[in-house]
Amino acid sequence: MKKQSIRYLSLCGLLGYGYSLSSLTNALQEDLDFVGVDAGSTDPGPYYLGSGKGFVKRLQVKRDLELILPEIKKRNIPLIIGSAGGSGAAPHVQSVLDIISEIAKEKSLEFKTIIIYSDLSKAFLHQAAQGHIFPCGGAPEFVPGDVDSLSNPVAQFGTDPIIEALAKNPDVIVAGRCCDTAVFASYPIAHGFDPGLALHAAKIAECGALCARPVGANDSLVVEIGDGFFTVEPPNEARVCSPESVAAHSLYEQPDPNCFYEPEGKIDLSACTFEQIAPRKVKVTGSKLIPADKATTKLEGAKRIGFRALTIAGLRDPAAIAHLDEIESNVRQSVAESANFIKEGEYTLRFLRYGVDAVIGKNEPAVTLPNEVGLVIEAIAPTQEKADALIGLARSKALHQSFPGRKATAGNLAFPFSPSDFSGGEVYEFALYHLTDLPLSFNVEEMVIK
Amino acid sequence: MKLYDAASVCRSKNAGPFQVTVDLMFPDKESYQRVLSSPAFCVEKIGELYHTSSEKIQIKPFERILTIKVVLPRSASSGSRLDSDVYGSQQHFPLGALEI
Repeated sequence: MKKQSIRYLSLCGLLGYGYSLSSLTNALQEDLDFVGVDAGSTDPGPYYLGSGKGFVKRLQVKRDLELILPEIKKRNIPLIIGSAGGSGAAPHVQSVLDIISEIAKEKSLEFKTIIIYSDLSKAFLHQAAQGHIFPCGGAPEFVPGDVDSLSNPVAQFGTDPIIEALAKNPDVIVAGRCCDTAVFASYPIAHGFDPGLALHAAKIAECGALCARPVGANDSLVVEIGDGFFTVEPPNEARVCSPESVAAHSLYEQPDPNCFYEPEGKIDLSACTFEQIAPRKVKVTGSKLIPADKATTKLEGAKRIGFRALTIAGLRDPAAIAHLDEIESNVRQSVAESANFIKEGEYTLRFLRYGVDAVIGKNEPAVTLPNEVGLVIEAIAPTQEKADALIGLARSKALHQSFPGRKATAGNLAFPFSPSDFSGGEVYEFALYHLTDLPLSFNVEEMVIK
Repeated sequence: MKLYDAASVCRSKNAGPFQVTVDLMFPDKESYQRVLSSPAFCVEKIGELYHTSSEKIQIKPFERILTIKVVLPRSASSGSRLDSDVYGSQQHFPLGALEI
């Protein structure tokens, strides 16, 4: 028999960002059908996908999981974790499995766990590169020659693999890279609820209490989905959802407030209504799914472009600040002359002038020179050793670089730290942020974590 | 009046690694309309400010919540070699300084 409604908890906007314990206690006062949490984002940049590391630290993730895991076990409801480890590739997924296993041991619990991997094989990508990879979200055309240099390429799956996993009644689903909406829409869709409403509710839920005021990406949200509607309410009594705050959420991080796209199709929000039905609760109706003509899947991958080193310094001397352009070009020239260990064209040097134009660069309209300037000099080279040596050269040359009218002849730079230079490690860029129209299958693994 | 002063929220953020969107929210319908009808508030002018072609810019009004969304291409993808704002959260200028 179809359930009357589904009630679920979105733990917080991002696994590891934290949520208040009282939110959890309040949310657990009534029955829940499942708990979901999204862990993924491309916002922190390509490094995390490329390197296989998480942008949220292990201890933060452990804190968020160790409060909820005993609760879902006690209630026999599933916990769905999406884009595990931040980027959802195999090393990220493994990091979350390790944490669950640590908690299982510490609390003497066991969890039937289903893992859905999103990793793409190079063979698949070579095949897709033959006319089946299309740009999306403003990305340039894919360069087929990049396939072999991609680290951790993944596909972002939708609701289908999670719906299949739910049918096996797991305690925990650890999903690799997946759509944020899949974490929350799969369960209601599997139970026969309208997919347009389920996906719209999921789009709001994946950000935790970001749709409430005061906004709270680091707090929980309770969603109830019924026949022809869904409601949202923050379990934290200090937060309120209003029709405006919930409607405004559809603006967040997406190019069009009237619709958004998921693998299932286009979700049309133009006929939505938002109604205050309790002091902190909003009811939404009218979201519609227009199924996609042709299924597409988003692919993501980063490639390593080198290693970074940098130095941080400040300038106060007005003549030095006025001659920054000249100092920079002379430093570039002397580095090129002294760096016999690397050819020009194999490295880049960058001067970020905080206080002048570091943040928006050439888009800065009128520059009036400030009293102080913060300078970051960055080198990117094929090895860490070479990047470190380049920044050592650039730093010493910038410190002593002469220019017309120089009075502060002892040095141009104030270094706040010793050592003054830092090795920044690997540098990646997004080389794959595209759609494919080829069908994909995802590896699924089942295990009991105890 | 500057756009930044007319808006109650003026913010930017990545919409994926290759685009940034600027959200402009207004306290009342009057200021919302004033910005939308200002001749300076157009893709051509915004293209000049951001050193990009006007065809790559979209302006999306959302009257129900008195908000205008502006979609801009990134000159460097998030976190790549030439990027200086990984989250894209400070790219609402120079648009904020536009006189309307």
